[in-house]
Amino acid sequence: MSATGIGAAVRRKEDIRFITGKGQYTDDVIRPGETRAVFVRSPHARAKIKRIDTAAAKAMPGVVGVLTGAELAADKVGGLICGWMIHSKDGSPMKMAPHPALAAETVNHVGDAVAVVIAETQAQARDAAEKVKVDYELLPAVSDPAKAKNGPQIHGVAPKNTIYEWSLGDAKAVDSAFAAAKHVTKLDIVNNRLVPNAIEPRAALAEYDSGTDQLTLWNTSQNPHVARLVISAFVGIAPEHKLRVIAPDVGGGFGSKIFIYPEEVVCLWAARKVKRPVKWTAERHESFVTDAHGRDHITHAELALDEHGKILGLRAKTIANLGAYMSTFSSSVPTYLYATLLSGQYDIPQIYCEVDAVYTNTVPVDAYRGAGRPEATFVVERLVEVAAREMGIDPADIRKRNFIKAFPHQTPVIMAYDAGDYNASLKKAMDLADVKGFNKRKRESARHGKLRGLGYSTYIEACGIAPSQAVGSLGAGVGLWESAEVRVNPTGSVEVLTGSHAHGQGHETTFAQLVSERLGIPFENVSIVHGDTDKVQFGMGTYGSRSGAVGMSAIVKALDKVEAKAKKVAAHMLEAAEGDIEFKDGKFTVAGTDKSAAFGDVALNAYIAHKFSGQELEPGLKETSFYDPTNFTFPAGCHICEVEVDTETGKTEIVNWTAVDDFGTVINPMIVEGQVHGGIAQGVGQALLEGVVYDKDGQLVTGSLMDYTMPRAHDLPSFKVGTTETKSPSNPLGIKGCGEAGAIAAPAAVINAITDAIGSEALTMPATANTVWTALQRAKPRAAA
Amino acid sequence: MYDFTFHRPTTVRQAAGLLARNPEAKLLAGGHSLLPVMKQRLAQPSALIDLSLIDGLDTIEQKGRAVVIGAMARHADVAKSPVVIAAMPGLASVPGSVGDPQVRNRGTIGGSIANNDPNADYPAAVLGLGATIITNKRRIAADDFFQGMYTTALEDGEIIVKVSFPVAKKAAYEKFKHPASGFALVGVFVSKRGSDIRVAVTGAGSNGVFRVKSFEEALKKRFAAKSLEGMSIPATGMNADIHASAEYRAHLVGVLARRAVAKATA
Repeated sequence: MSATGIGAAVRRKEDIRFITGKGQYTDDVIRPGETRAVFVRSPHARAKIKRIDTAAAKAMPGVVGVLTGAELAADKVGGLICGWMIHSKDGSPMKMAPHPALAAETVNHVGDAVAVVIAETQAQARDAAEKVKVDYELLPAVSDPAKAKNGPQIHGVAPKNTIYEWSLGDAKAVDSAFAAAKHVTKLDIVNNRLVPNAIEPRAALAEYDSGTDQLTLWNTSQNPHVARLVISAFVGIAPEHKLRVIAPDVGGGFGSKIFIYPEEVVCLWAARKVKRPVKWTAERHESFVTDAHGRDHITHAELALDEHGKILGLRAKTIANLGAYMSTFSSSVPTYLYATLLSGQYDIPQIYCEVDAVYTNTVPVDAYRGAGRPEATFVVERLVEVAAREMGIDPADIRKRNFIKAFPHQTPVIMAYDAGDYNASLKKAMDLADVKGFNKRKRESARHGKLRGLGYSTYIEACGIAPSQAVGSLGAGVGLWESAEVRVNPTGSVEVLTGSHAHGQGHETTFAQLVSERLGIPFENVSIVHGDTDKVQFGMGTYGSRSGAVGMSAIVKALDKVEAKAKKVAAHMLEAAEGDIEFKDGKFTVAGTDKSAAFGDVALNAYIAHKFSGQELEPGLKETSFYDPTNFTFPAGCHICEVEVDTETGKTEIVNWTAVDDFGTVINPMIVEGQVHGGIAQGVGQALLEGVVYDKDGQLVTGSLMDYTMPRAHDLPSFKVGTTETKSPSNPLGIKGCGEAGAIAAPAAVINAITDAIGSEALTMPATANTVWTALQRAKPRAAA
Repeated sequence: MYDFTFHRPTTVRQAAGLLARNPEAKLLAGGHSLLPVMKQRLAQPSALIDLSLIDGLDTIEQKGRAVVIGAMARHADVAKSPVVIAAMPGLASVPGSVGDPQVRNRGTIGGSIANNDPNADYPAAVLGLGATIITNKRRIAADDFFQGMYTTALEDGEIIVKVSFPVAKKAAYEKFKHPASGFALVGVFVSKRGSDIRVAVTGAGSNGVFRVKSFEEALKKRFAAKSLEGMSIPATGMNADIHASAEYRAHLVGVLARRAVAKATA
């Protein structure tokens, strides 16, 4: 391993830029003559727009334009779409309701935009936005997904507010498994709704060049090419070749910046209308009511076991809240990204899952770090833990008895796991966590009036999505390959253009490590270019822990081609047969001789083309690859959480955390560990702190950081992090992906630990001090009257 | 934020004059409550009168048997003041528990108690020690000062100059933090100064800081955590929201009072 190659804990190239404030985020981009947009948003969860009076706003100082949904409709700007088709059990397609970028007739959630005010300054736009008079006729709303089917119908296309009633698995086979069971564990689970809260709020800046008829959009996107495709093909703002999307530095996404949002569509449309660049940057309160939320499942789940604790079957019935409109990939999250993972790490013969997706008058819900897989892991790992407790089996033992041990393994829910060693990660985690010493620590806690508990989460995820054919067969509207272009400059430095997008992941470092290793050139001589549709030909972006497994694999393929071409150039330089050229440590050598040429010299010769004729070889050294993997990847591992609960206040303190993950090949262990830390923090946030609350009228109660609790450093212990390694056979590097593991594993580990401590399974997330205290009151036997 | 004019007087008298001439003006002490609501356009003062250039308004000193803290003393300065720590570490811990470092380095004692946020920490210490609030016009006893959430005895044009805390032999503050905001979900300040025993609670009550007479009576017999064992207060009149029920807040008052007494007597 070289100092900057694969496996080296190289410091991140991008950090100096970010830490010294030199990052270039969308809001930092300043275009000549730019204006600021402020949106007028519905304060109501559901209402009919009777009239919008913009006259007073238009008369305000500095106002350049005030535009409404009626004008957007008149200009025939298309609505936003969901790009993944799901069919109901009865074969009918999902009920996708129109989603105009500005509402013209009805508003369907608090924060739904009805108009935009464009002015010279932000302050002027805000002042004028307050003068837009919207006459609403209030309509009854429904915010609780459990009540959605009986609530007022939100969209004409969706009776009973039902988007689809989907199922996966063999219901009859599962029923027979349950009939044969010795023990059945049943749980009612709410997977709490979350606000993503990326540190950089969403932003968009649109500019129109009337000379070239070209539109440019700078936006906070995890996948600028997909944004361009959707905005061209469905919204119809501009043809693809006349629209450039640039996602410069982006400050965190967690999924929320995958999607195509109304604001960027409106900025593009408005820029052409007012003939000035138009910029919008969300304020934090807008992020709360417009960024797609995550999770929000209500599930009843059952596990059937034989007398030895061997799992016979699993069934689950889930209501998934998709909010007021179907966001870009919302339909896939509670279906193919959720039910397909209900086998966990276990050999479960039969699984059946039903999912009803519903509309409510709330912010749209879509993928959020883990996307479906945290929900699945929570169901499986809670069921298994509770089953162990009910049957008096050690929770580690019940897992070992059911682990899949032979690969490949076909689950009953589509996925074919290709590699893993679940015993290895469990064992290593138990050693690191000193599970043997737990009882002693528990007694010690008891002496201080505290309850100590231990919780496991042996999670699995499907990442690196995925083979395009596979996702296409499941309803995806796009392919999920990745592209890369490797440009070798005449001086031997290298630019890699990638369709992956970095918004915190450190691609400028890890991708450069790969190139440094493969070409034997200094890490500093490699730069990574991403996030601009004019530079990178096409790309599917970054989400689902796919940049390593898919994005880097595309770079590997392009590097293979670069090497092959360079060998031809070297053969001419060294006057040898191409087949005799060997490439190692940045040097091309004629086999069995001391004749060699350095990589830089070969690059120069490829461009000056003095040693070969145009008939023999094309000059230049630049190669492109599109890579489509052969399978998902299946990162898996074991997290063990140990908590102490203060019986008087109900406050939970996480006292130990052990994470042992199998991510396959690790490119940069420091970055991977950072991803694990961040993922756990988000998972702990979900388990202990975070939870969206809507009141029954659809008002967002947790509308700011004063009420919505984000995890902080003091909420977390120092993590013990380890890895095991089985390489993924589905990509050339053997990478599985690490970005979501912590967020997937953590919630179940925390709740398993707290319920172990308090001796009651009736605990909802977030397990705040009040919630745990209340559970403790109920757990106590009632005193005689 | 709407437009406003900004004044920077250098004496309390100038500040009072500006306040008299601008009835819609607000005093700017630390700004950590006022500025956020102005940014959200929920407050629209015509002018801000910044008190930070007034000399001598941020002194911290011991005067006889009292610790006297200037109205503009920042939370961070009070928390690490050798004078306060030597006299009453329990008092120093109150500003030390406020918000985060940014808030503690801007927020002031005068701003905190003048605002009288029902979840703020300082009101518990001021009431729990029977402090005296000294304004440009008069001296006000803590028991008379706090008059319900966001309401105080301060009159128009009245400016807090300092707060005088009698030194109590035993004093401690226990706080259960609101998980999101860091304010007191419940905070209890207890003190014993001769026969004057006080238990003041912030965060819990729907009408702001209050004293728990039943706890004080019990502690008069013996100032020990055991004296409060099994005691609680009724849930009526407690705040209830998504973070804590009234029952839970009432329960915490008992728990934190016992812990505060234990800390004060440790």
